[in-house]
Amino acid sequence: MLSSVPAPMSVYGPVVKIHPVVLASICDSYERRNEGASRVIGTLLGTIDKHSIEVTNCFSVPHNESEDEVAVDMEFAKNMYELHKRVSPTEVIIGWYATGFDITEHSVLIHEYYSREATNPIHLTMDTALQSGKMNIRAYVSAQMGVPGKTVGVMFTPLTVKYIYYDTERIGVDLLQRTRVLPSRTKGLTSDLSQVAGSAARVQDMLTTVLAYIEDVLSGKVAADNSVGRFLMDLVNKVPTISAEDFENMLNSNINDLLMVTYLSNLTQAQIALNEKLVLL
Amino acid sequence: MATRKESGSAPTTVMASTGGTLDSPVKQIQIEGLVVLKIIKHYQEEGQGSEVVQGVLLGLVVEDRLEITNCFPFPQHTEDDADFDEVQYQMEMMRSLRHVNIDHLHVGWYQSTYYGSFVSRALLDSQFSYQHAIEESVVLIYDPIKTAQGSLSLKAYRLTPKLMEICKEKDFTPEGLKKASIGFENMFEEVPIIIKNSHLINALMWELEDKSTVADKHELLNLSSSNHLEKSLQLLMDRVDDMCQDIVKYNTYSRNLSKQQQQKHQYLQRRQQENTQRQSRGEPPLPEEDITKMFKPPQPPPRMDTLLIAGQINNYCQNVKEFTSQNLGKLFMAEALQGNN
Repeated sequence: MLSSVPAPMSVYGPVVKIHPVVLASICDSYERRNEGASRVIGTLLGTIDKHSIEVTNCFSVPHNESEDEVAVDMEFAKNMYELHKRVSPTEVIIGWYATGFDITEHSVLIHEYYSREATNPIHLTMDTALQSGKMNIRAYVSAQMGVPGKTVGVMFTPLTVKYIYYDTERIGVDLLQRTRVLPSRTKGLTSDLSQVAGSAARVQDMLTTVLAYIEDVLSGKVAADNSVGRFLMDLVNKVPTISAEDFENMLNSNINDLLMVTYLSNLTQAQIALNEKLVLL
Repeated sequence: MATRKESGSAPTTVMASTGGTLDSPVKQIQIEGLVVLKIIKHYQEEGQGSEVVQGVLLGLVVEDRLEITNCFPFPQHTEDDADFDEVQYQMEMMRSLRHVNIDHLHVGWYQSTYYGSFVSRALLDSQFSYQHAIEESVVLIYDPIKTAQGSLSLKAYRLTPKLMEICKEKDFTPEGLKKASIGFENMFEEVPIIIKNSHLINALMWELEDKSTVADKHELLNLSSSNHLEKSLQLLMDRVDDMCQDIVKYNTYSRNLSKQQQQKHQYLQRRQQENTQRQSRGEPPLPEEDITKMFKPPQPPPRMDTLLIAGQINNYCQNVKEFTSQNLGKLFMAEALQGNN
């Protein structure tokens, strides 16, 4: 879960857990940025725990950046936060984000502003221009450094970033993943049996991969790995051994239930259709 | 009656319609991935239990496609000055979003549902006012429970033109409905949805797959069904009870009507008889009295509720059938697996 460029694991600092909706939001605001702006910034909202910070929402803030100065619309930021608070009162400002690869001097200024809004804000960067071929999503916390008494500087220490999903979010993301495949980047929503078929197909794919691996190990091409072997044992033991009769009974009773419910619902639909016709006579 | 709090009417429309009104209604809805994630998140965080969460959809209309590019949630109605806050909240949100170049055109609204029970008076009214102001608007119904069972359940509905006519006239008597020949099946029309992501979001998806360590669960292949079936059937029974009451009401009305017709007939006959008698005796005939004042016709019960209940029952039945067909497939698969052992 670390990027290919080895990032130092931070010893100090909370773990940052990000929801995918935040990242999608940042991408979207980057795509809609004003002419001439090279990056977008915005506020991060979320909740703070003892050892982790969960980022659940964000909104972009208009800002102007030039060589020597940076202007951020603070009124706007405050207003938006108020509006958001009305919907989810538990979310607080926990930091800010910026697209782009590096941390510039302007970032320090903006970070100072956010330190007034939240205690110890985190700074999230996301490389939407894909300069290094990947979107480096990193989080930082600022720390003072320097010789006490003399000029004090600010250093951004990286934090570990994790992605967390709600269950339903993961299902949503699963669906979105499938838009990558087609060139038209679209995907319809199917229903009914085709979904079950799709899910079963995926499990089947996974089983074929596992089988291929086992074949390799048996023929000696790949060295056997004990932990994998243990997982395989678990897998095989998961299929419960029930006597054929018991299984028949269970299966039949379930199928009966389902058939009865289908019959009932068809009956009800016919009833209301009849009722309608009678009334409209 | 299932105890669920149905919030009042959805956010009222404040923006005027986009460009010119189109002649053809929308044939397809195109949603961005971001909107899907936002709706899911909104329900997850604010809508626990059986509360409905609502929000506004923003986007634009392209030819015969309705593109939804962003959305924002609506706070729950918990305070007393909810009405005032609503409109102001919406105006402020849209103004702010305009600053960051997000499409600020209203194109519809979304609502979460509990086991598919969303066909209600409130929804009808809200969707009517939306569609009246903006011709292409839709209501997105998000079913979190079905989604948690394995596949995203998002449906887009519009009112059929016939139903729009009826709502405009507010004529809900049986005659009115017969004129427009509306059945519960052509109240709402479903519009197909496709999900489209920009290239950047696709890149993000690749990253996420690479980096996220969440295991791939397969809820869709889950075999347990009784819990879901029980709840669905419970709701269905409640609705059918409602329907029963409604039918009884209608029956009493028609019985009263026919009784009254009989009475009128009898009265007229007696009048005639008396008049002939008087004529034979040479006295002036009695004046024709206004019959309608004497026999006030009973009020025909409004049929809109019946229509809504019928629509709701239909919806429940559809959902149940979908669910059972999926489960039957899964059971047969399980049988095949076990048979091989």
